[in-house]
Amino acid sequence: MNKMKLLAEWEYEPVKIQRGYAGRTLYVNVGGFSFKEKPVSEDMKEKFIGGRGFGLKLLWDAVKDTTKWNDPENELVISGGPLCGITQYPGSGKCYTVFISPLTEQTYDSNAGGHFGPLLKFSGWDALEIQGKADRDVIVFIDGDNNKVEIYESPFEDVNAFTVTEALHEYFAENEEDKRNISVVSTGKGAENSYWGCLNMSFYDLRRKAPRLKQAGRGGGGTVFRNKKLAAIVVRKRGIGPTSNNPADLSTLQKVGLKLHKEIRDLDDQQNKMRKVGTPHLNEIMNEYHLLPVHNYKFGQHPEADKIHSEVFGKLFTQGIPDGCWHGCSMACAKAVDGFELKTGPLKGKKVTVDGPEYETCAGLGSNIGIFDPEWIIEANFYADHYGIDTISSGTGFAFVCECYELGFLNKDITNGLELKFGSKDDLMELIHRIGRGDDEFARIVGLGVHRMKKIFAEKYGAPFEVMEKIGMEGQGIEVSEYVPKESVAQWGGYFLTLKGPQHDEAWLIFMDRINKQLPTFEDKAEALHYFPNFRLWFSLVGVCKLPWNDIEPADNVIKYKGIEAAKVPEHVQNYVDLFNAVTGKNITKEELIIQSEQVYNFQRVFQLRLGKGTRKDHYIPLRAIGPVFPDEWEARAEYYDNELKATGIDPEGLTTEEKIKKLQEYRLPQWEQLVDAVYKRRGWNKNGIPTIETLERLGIDYPEVVEVVKKHLKPEDEWEE
Amino acid sequence: MIKVNGEEMQWRPGLTVKDILEAKRYIFPMIGVWINDKPIPRDKFETTIVNDGDDVKVIHMICGG
Repeated sequence: MNKMKLLAEWEYEPVKIQRGYAGRTLYVNVGGFSFKEKPVSEDMKEKFIGGRGFGLKLLWDAVKDTTKWNDPENELVISGGPLCGITQYPGSGKCYTVFISPLTEQTYDSNAGGHFGPLLKFSGWDALEIQGKADRDVIVFIDGDNNKVEIYESPFEDVNAFTVTEALHEYFAENEEDKRNISVVSTGKGAENSYWGCLNMSFYDLRRKAPRLKQAGRGGGGTVFRNKKLAAIVVRKRGIGPTSNNPADLSTLQKVGLKLHKEIRDLDDQQNKMRKVGTPHLNEIMNEYHLLPVHNYKFGQHPEADKIHSEVFGKLFTQGIPDGCWHGCSMACAKAVDGFELKTGPLKGKKVTVDGPEYETCAGLGSNIGIFDPEWIIEANFYADHYGIDTISSGTGFAFVCECYELGFLNKDITNGLELKFGSKDDLMELIHRIGRGDDEFARIVGLGVHRMKKIFAEKYGAPFEVMEKIGMEGQGIEVSEYVPKESVAQWGGYFLTLKGPQHDEAWLIFMDRINKQLPTFEDKAEALHYFPNFRLWFSLVGVCKLPWNDIEPADNVIKYKGIEAAKVPEHVQNYVDLFNAVTGKNITKEELIIQSEQVYNFQRVFQLRLGKGTRKDHYIPLRAIGPVFPDEWEARAEYYDNELKATGIDPEGLTTEEKIKKLQEYRLPQWEQLVDAVYKRRGWNKNGIPTIETLERLGIDYPEVVEVVKKHLKPEDEWEE
Repeated sequence: MIKVNGEEMQWRPGLTVKDILEAKRYIFPMIGVWINDKPIPRDKFETTIVNDGDDVKVIHMICGG
C-alpha cells in the first residue's frame, strides 16, 4: 500500500488512566478537520457511568431536536466504559457505538468486541465522538503511542471490510507482532447502499495471522459511518498490560476473575459449550422449544434444523485455538471457520477466515429464510461482514421479502429476475451481492428495511399493506432479532417495549415466562421487564460482555438459589459489583447497580422523545409477534393452539382455522395493552410511556433540558388513576 | 399424577427427573429442578425418583442474546 496522504493532524497530551477512566473524551469533526478534548466531569461519571451512557450524553449535547441520521451534526460515538480493557475478567473488551439510526430515526446503541474499545481508552480517551461529513473518503488514525490524531485521505477504491482492515493492520504495524496493537473500525459498500450498515471492529489473531472482525451490527451505525465518508477509524496503542486500567484494587480483580476462569474451565463443557461452539449452541435448543424462526417467524421448528446443529458448526470451527476477542477471555466464544473458500461474489475462489456464524446469523441468514446449509450460511456471513451489512436485520428483512414473494406480492419482474422464495439459495446470495454492489433498485429498496419495504411495496407494486403490517417483523423501524416471540407475553415486552426496537439485549424472558411459568401475572412480567433490561443495560455502561453473566453459572447456583433469583445468577451479579468497585474505588451495591442503569435507561427514553419518538404509539407490535396469522401456522401446531384457545375459555370445536386465529388475536391484543400499562407503571412512566418528573428526580437526571423535553409532552389525561 | 411447572403429568413407579425432562423434551443444559421445593443437583437427575403427587419445578435459566 502506498503512503497515504495526510489531510490533518492534532497532537494531545498523554494521560494516565485513573481507576478505569481517562477523564476526557476526544472530538473529531471530519467535515472541518477539527479536533477537541472534552473533560469528563464527576457528574458525568456518576450519572452516565461510561460506554453507552457517555455516548448518549455526548450525542445529546451535539444534536438538535430536529437532527436526522444523515445530518452532519449526527455523531458516531464509540466508548468502552470503566471496566473496558481489564484483562482479569472474561469478556471485558466491549465498546458501544451510539448514533441516530437511519432505521429508527432515534438514538441507537450497538456493541462489539474486538480491541478497539480498550485501545481507544489506553490511548487516553474515554470516548471518541465523530461529527461532520468529509468531502472525500477519509481514515481517522488515533496514534496512542505518539499522542496524536491524524486524518488521511483514503486510498481505497474498495472500502469493504476485509480489504480495508487487512491493509490497515499491515500499513500501521511495524511487524507481524505489532499488528495486535491495532484495531480498525470499518464497514463496506453494503452500508452505503442500505440502512443495515454494521460496524466491524477488528482484533489481530496472531495464531491465524489474520484480522478478525466483531460486529456492532444493529441499527445502521455503518450507514452513518459511510454517510460521513469514513473509510476506517484506526487506533494503535502498544504496551497494554494487566494494570493499564489502573484499578483501585488489583487483588480483588484478580480474585474475582480467577473464580470465573475456574468455573468456565470446569463447567462449560457440561453447560453451554461456549468454548467449543460459541452461541450456535442455541441452534438446536431454539428448534426444540419452537423458538427458532423459520420462514419469517411463521414456525418455530423445522425438520432440517439438524443440518445447522451446533455439532455441525463445531466441526467447521477451528478447535484448540483460544478464541477470546479480548485478552483474558477464557469463555473464548469468538469462533471462526478457517480456510473457507468463497464460492461466489467478488472474492470467489479466495480462502478466508470467517468470524462466526453466531446463533443469530444461523437463524437470520439460515432458518428464517428457509436455508439449512451451513456452507451457505458461512458464505453469507462472510459477505455480510465484508459489505458491512447486519446479519440480523438482513435475515429478517429477507425473510419478509421471501414471504411477500410466495404470497404473490412480488415477482421476478419486480425483483429484476430473482426468484426470492424461502430456500432460494442462489438468488438470495445474489441479493446480498446486489446490496453490496448497489446497482439494483429492488435490492436498494430491500436494504431500507421491513418498515419502509411495507410502504414501498404497497405504493409501488400494489401489495396489500394490511397483510404486510401483520407479517412484517419490525418494531420502531428495526427488524426483530432471531427468536420467535409469539408464545410469551413477557417476551412481547422484551422485544417491543424496548428503548430502541426489538433487539434481545434488553430481556429474554421466554423460558421464564412460557416454560418455567414464573411470571403468571402482568405485574410479575412487568417486574421482569424492569429488572432484566436494567441489569443488562449495565454491561453497556461499563464495557463488559453479557455472555459470562449467564452462559456459565456456578455449579451450585440452582441449589443455593431458587426461582427467579437463580436466573439472576446472584454470584455473578456480585462479581460485577465487586469488579466495578475494584476498578473505580467506589462502593456500590447490587441495588445501586440497577439505579445506574435506570438513570441511563430513562435518559435515553427522554432522548427518543426529544427526537420525536418515545411515546406509546412507537411501542407497536405486529400480529405475527403475538400469534399465528395464517392457517398453516396454526395447523403446524394445531393441538397446542387449540389448547391455548381452550385456556382462554373458548371451545375450538367446530371453528374453522381462520376463526380460531381471529379468536386468539382478539384475546391476545388486549393482553398486549395490559402488558404495556403494567410495564409503564413499573418503570415510572405515564400512560403514554413518558418518564414522569418524579422518576427523573428520583434518578437525579432532572437536568433542566431533560425536564423541559418531558414537560412539553406531559398531559393530565396520561396520568395514572390512583 | 404429579405436577410439573403447575401442569399435571402422568406418574408411574420409578419415574426419574431425567425421565420427566426427556418426556417434556427439555434439552436445555442449564436447568434447575426442585421437587417439593427441594433442589436436585444436576448429577442426580438420572437417579432421583419422583413420587406420586410430587410438585416438580423445572426451571430453565435465561438464555438468548
